[in-house]
Amino acid sequence: MNALARLRPTRLTSTGIVYLVLVLVLVLGAIITAAAGRNFFSAGNISAILTGTSILGFIAIGQTLVILAGSLDLSVPYVASLASLLGGVTMAGQTGNIPLAVVTALGVAALIGLVNGLVVAYLHVHGFIATLGMGLILAGYLGTNYKGSAGSAPRDFRLIGALNIGPVPLSTIIMLGCAVLVILLLRRTRIGHHLYAVGGSKDVARLSGVRTQPPVVLAHVLCSVLAGMAGLLLLARLSVGSPTIGTQGGYDLMSIAAVVLGGTVLAGGKGNILGTLGGVAIFAVMDNVMGVMQLNAFLQDVVRGLVIVVAVAVYARRNADLRPARFERSRAARHTSAPTTAGGAA
Amino acid sequence: MSTAEATTTRGATLPMSEGGTAGQIGRALRTPGGAVFVLVAVLLVCVIAANPNFGEPGSLIRFIGRTAPIAIAAMGQYFVIVSGEFDLSMGSVVTMQVVLAGNFIGQDESRVLPVMVLMVVLGTLVGVVNGLATTLLKVPSFIVTLGTMLALSGLVLYLTGGAATGNPIDSFRQIGRGGIEGVPVLEVIPYPAIILLVLAVAAVWLMRRPFGRTLVAVGDNPQAVHLSGSATWWLKTRAFILSSLAATVAGIILVGYAGVHPSVGQGYEFTAITAVVVGGVVLGGGRGWVLSAAAGAFALELLFTLLNFVGVASTWRDTVQGVIIIVAVAIGARAWQGGRRRRSAEPTTPGAEQRHTESATTTPPDPGTT
Repeated sequence: MNALARLRPTRLTSTGIVYLVLVLVLVLGAIITAAAGRNFFSAGNISAILTGTSILGFIAIGQTLVILAGSLDLSVPYVASLASLLGGVTMAGQTGNIPLAVVTALGVAALIGLVNGLVVAYLHVHGFIATLGMGLILAGYLGTNYKGSAGSAPRDFRLIGALNIGPVPLSTIIMLGCAVLVILLLRRTRIGHHLYAVGGSKDVARLSGVRTQPPVVLAHVLCSVLAGMAGLLLLARLSVGSPTIGTQGGYDLMSIAAVVLGGTVLAGGKGNILGTLGGVAIFAVMDNVMGVMQLNAFLQDVVRGLVIVVAVAVYARRNADLRPARFERSRAARHTSAPTTAGGAA
Repeated sequence: MSTAEATTTRGATLPMSEGGTAGQIGRALRTPGGAVFVLVAVLLVCVIAANPNFGEPGSLIRFIGRTAPIAIAAMGQYFVIVSGEFDLSMGSVVTMQVVLAGNFIGQDESRVLPVMVLMVVLGTLVGVVNGLATTLLKVPSFIVTLGTMLALSGLVLYLTGGAATGNPIDSFRQIGRGGIEGVPVLEVIPYPAIILLVLAVAAVWLMRRPFGRTLVAVGDNPQAVHLSGSATWWLKTRAFILSSLAATVAGIILVGYAGVHPSVGQGYEFTAITAVVVGGVVLGGGRGWVLSAAAGAFALELLFTLLNFVGVASTWRDTVQGVIIIVAVAIGARAWQGGRRRRSAEPTTPGAEQRHTESATTTPPDPGTT
């Protein structure tokens, strides 16, 4: 793979690099864990890593859609908290209330996403501000109405968080199912193609006869619904709804980091769900290894911060090289810099 | 609308500068960057109506002193935003500086100066790292500063164990807390207010220099600035340095107010960005005034003061802030877009241009029509 990359830099897509990095992280993780006298590939540890991917995975899939459409969503942690609370309070420990609770939580999440999308698409508010504002609105609501955790999940619902099929947790399977649906949406439907077009260049998309608003609104709605599902999953794990669970996880910025780590361009229009899943997995493996090594929780943040910047720097250099050369000078620069960056990427 | 461009980037040669100073000011107030001053005035009247004591000169100047750190942070953030980038690391820089001051100065008077130099050096260093990673490594600034935010706050929390540590000597805390006593009408002029004034003048001066004008141009069209021979990497790096230094100054002032705790700077970056955006500066760069960013901070603080006086529960503060920034930006987007659309569709004949200008100054064209 490395030799191939050296010879033909254009063959290796950014998703390819993401998975190369993932393999590298896995190997490093296995070595470090083995040095600490533990087995990295034990069923329990693999299950723990996969569990770690599921919550951030839900949110990052939604975030990918929004970023592809050229927007951002900073309100996801609050949506997740709200969904966990609404779900928990509606269930109130009764198995019969589960369908109603799920519909309520996801419905409210969809509504929030709809408002986000309409504000971004029709009022021309930057996604950063629209969703930062929505996040603040929800934070005020949560802070005023819920002083602490509330509601309770019945045993049947808690099983979603606890059940394993082989070493694979049920929550991860649901997350992967959502990922497949979203991939089909992006690759097979018209609105999926329009999403890429609008994210790449809104003006060009509009001039080509694409209605630019529906894809943006759809992306925001789906992102909020997926954040709501993450909230329900958190409810299933903790068995109570909590007003701070989303913000504690820092899901807004971490999901954006995972998406960018997965090779999606922050400005929109370029990237895919597979890359995002790879990015989420890199985070999960890193967290697992740092947890096994019992690294100080605050130092874990330092490592995360450094890894994010370094990893994205590696992709960014590659993307810059892969751009078509328009001028003599940049073509020369590409020829001289290609071998070194290919070496750096691998 | 385009008056902002006329005064900040173009010089007074466009038809918009007709009508004398009064006409210019009138038009300027209709831009999002000018409207924030009207907003501040309206909010001030409302606050004084709710609590007449607030209108006394002494309490007004104390309010300015209290708002100074966030206004300074907003001006720093402005430099980065107007050049088309983000700085999310600001809050962590504030935290870092506060903890540094607490632990390194202690009760030793002679250490005040060396530690302040160290703080400035470290602040500059963070800015340089942010700037170089953004411009030379081509990592989006959102990700770079997110990384430095995580790394810095993690480091500070690790070193302090997440608890309040250290207590700098009172003479250092006076920078944030004290002021010139015995002034006739005002009773006292807080040092933060003076620092704010000096920095505001410096910022305005900087934005009128070639550096400032090129910085706005970089935010508007980086390609054009690059092709015209400016070193965009150095421009943007300087913007990041200014932002980190502003966070440093905010941190020094905050030590006096809040004391030393790792949570002091938390959320400062989003508050600063909110203030900048309420001040009508466009995210993505290229549009807006530096003083509007500071005014945006005052608008936010006045709003919170008003809510406080009216008796709204403090937990609703976030909600109101959220609604305000969405509404402010929605209005701003319409107005700036009117300006942008008109410029891009600028007709060739002078008569038509004149007509366009007139129609734009009376009713901004609907951005959704084309």
